Amino acid sequence: MYRYDSFDQRIVDQRVDQFRDQTRRYLTGQLTEDEFRPLRLQNGLYIQKHAPMLRVAIPYGQLSTRQLRALAHIARTFDRGYAHFTTRQNIQYNWPSLEQVPDILAELARVEMHAIQTSGNCIRNTTTDHFAGVAGDETADPRPFTELIRQWSTFHPEFAYLPRKFKIAVTGATHDRAAILVHDIGLQLVRNADGEIGFRVAVGGGLGRTPIIGHIIRDFLPRAEILNYLDAILRVYNRFGRRDNKYKARIKILVKERTPAVFTADVEAEWTQLQGGSATVPAEEFARLAGFFTPPAYESLAGDDPGYRAAVADNRGFANWVTRNVHPHKVAGYAIVTLSLKKTGFPPGDATADQLDAVAALADRYSFGELRVSHEQNLIFADVKQSELLSLWQQLKGLGFATPNIGLLTDIICCPGGDFCSLANAKSIPIAEAIQRRFDDLDYLHDIGELALNISGCMNACGHHHVGHIGVLGVDKNGSEWYQVTIGGTQGEHAAIGRVIGPSFAADEMPDVVARLIEIYVDLRHDDERFVDTVRRVGIEPFKERVYAPTH
Amino acid sequence: MPQLIKRGEIVDDIYTLVRAASSLAELPEAMPVLVPLSLWLVARAALVARGDVGVWLAPADDPALIASDLKRLPVVAVDFPSFTDGRGYSIARLLRERFDYRGELRAVGDIQRDQLFFLREVGFDAFDLRDDTDITDALFGLHDFADGYQATAVRAPWFRRRAAKAGPGDGWFPCA
Repeated sequence: MYRYDSFDQRIVDQRVDQFRDQTRRYLTGQLTEDEFRPLRLQNGLYIQKHAPMLRVAIPYGQLSTRQLRALAHIARTFDRGYAHFTTRQNIQYNWPSLEQVPDILAELARVEMHAIQTSGNCIRNTTTDHFAGVAGDETADPRPFTELIRQWSTFHPEFAYLPRKFKIAVTGATHDRAAILVHDIGLQLVRNADGEIGFRVAVGGGLGRTPIIGHIIRDFLPRAEILNYLDAILRVYNRFGRRDNKYKARIKILVKERTPAVFTADVEAEWTQLQGGSATVPAEEFARLAGFFTPPAYESLAGDDPGYRAAVADNRGFANWVTRNVHPHKVAGYAIVTLSLKKTGFPPGDATADQLDAVAALADRYSFGELRVSHEQNLIFADVKQSELLSLWQQLKGLGFATPNIGLLTDIICCPGGDFCSLANAKSIPIAEAIQRRFDDLDYLHDIGELALNISGCMNACGHHHVGHIGVLGVDKNGSEWYQVTIGGTQGEHAAIGRVIGPSFAADEMPDVVARLIEIYVDLRHDDERFVDTVRRVGIEPFKERVYAPTH
Repeated sequence: MPQLIKRGEIVDDIYTLVRAASSLAELPEAMPVLVPLSLWLVARAALVARGDVGVWLAPADDPALIASDLKRLPVVAVDFPSFTDGRGYSIARLLRERFDYRGELRAVGDIQRDQLFFLREVGFDAFDLRDDTDITDALFGLHDFADGYQATAVRAPWFRRRAAKAGPGDGWFPCA
């Protein structure tokens, strides 16, 4: 993975000094609350219900075990012994004290980490495919490009005060696991007719109050031009994006109001001026960055491991876990393992400091000392030998991270919600838990099959409810908490926004509502049709009718 | 006399910023002024004849409208009504990099210490800080970071300089 050199390290160290001084000036009254707010937000620091919340960047989801141990240490020393993985491949601490945040940043800097631009109206952490570099369907490994974009976006002086937050996602695969079409900019690595690597560029996707699927504004951008093109898009947005209304300030509104065609013409005109300029990336820089992401020292193995095959045949629990939590690896004899952070009774995405330390030890032993964070709020061991899967599974079970539910209904994507977040209209974690408890029968869960259930506690859509096959949105009605349900949302290359089925529900109705949606699906489905495919085929009406039918 | 930071030093500010003026008659006599773009566009010749006149741009103003005047302008100012309104950063880069403006480029309005590093990166070399700002303390803000990754108005991106092992600070000021 990428390692800082002295240049990278100095920037992060100077950020710690800068923020320490800003915090001092705030605490001594030299900076007002209004002046300090944008500064602390650009360092991932929110003031929340109970305490500040600090969001730490995990650039494109990659972590070394040394970094993971530092995150555990921070959770133990500065927080209440746990942390929360977010839907943007970041990690959040819910209980630090403002005075100690500079010290936390200093701890992070020691392991080449930071909280730069994890919030605020600036370019946020760039996300990518959590199977990057090991999936079989890749045109190119996206990680060297995401590192390039990380550097470009870190303290980009022109774009520190954008109209609103700005999120970029990159995929190198044909199957989009990075949800690029619901990002401000979505980049897909592609090859042109001459076999050269470049990007297909989508702009103006996003969730939140106005969910929109991104528009493709360029089918092929030569890779050398990527920073010039990003500068062009961001400059058009920075100059012309709306600043009069924060709900209309995202780039998706600019694209919509100008029309995609006019917006594209504006970007292309700006790019024409920048093309070939000093931000053009030389081939040597791509080669240098790619050098950080070379494959680990895989053993040469001949196809599937026989012992592993035998264990799958003999052990139903192991086989269930393999079916859901193990994905094929591009190298023979290896597998990709997803650790489920979605065990019933635990907030989705949460992990204790002890669990993080234990995961670090396992990653050292089984997966070359590295791991990834997925935007579904799970952890990934990308390079596990098939012959060691059984042993790994047994140890993950002991940790509570072997729930065989990846991609199933109980693998719920969920924001922290009203329990923690001051923006939330409603709680989300208790809803997730109540639904998980209702669907505790593993056979039924597997029979239901692939189902993305996403819960957001407010319109900001941190739980990505719009693209959940079933989406749940917390809404406030006269001071009480209600839940609006959408169905038919999809992420990936066929991204679609879910449709609202009708009036919202009370919290205690939610498990029944989901159960009824599933019953209807089971009645109507064809063969191995997924829930979302059935919704697409029959529309929302049959679901709507029966969910709202009077119960007898 | 009011002061400003110019090229890293605290100096007297000889210009008066005229926030609103729709005719030449509204301008103060016998002192250098910064006039709104709207006045410049209608009274360009007279203002050039008067001498010692600069133009200030609002965030929504198009810097291309003064592109052909830049050689005659000793000062161009860009206003920041709020420090969170970042449009002026793009205006500065366009003036420096696209229209090759070499004169004083001044940031005015709601700007303080914590904006100075980024403002300098995009090409501002003069800073008329908010009145209640401690100007001596604000000088430190210019040095929050020793260097940066990006192509900016004042230097090439780090990946173009890395091989040459250029030290921090090389080429900070285009017109120093």
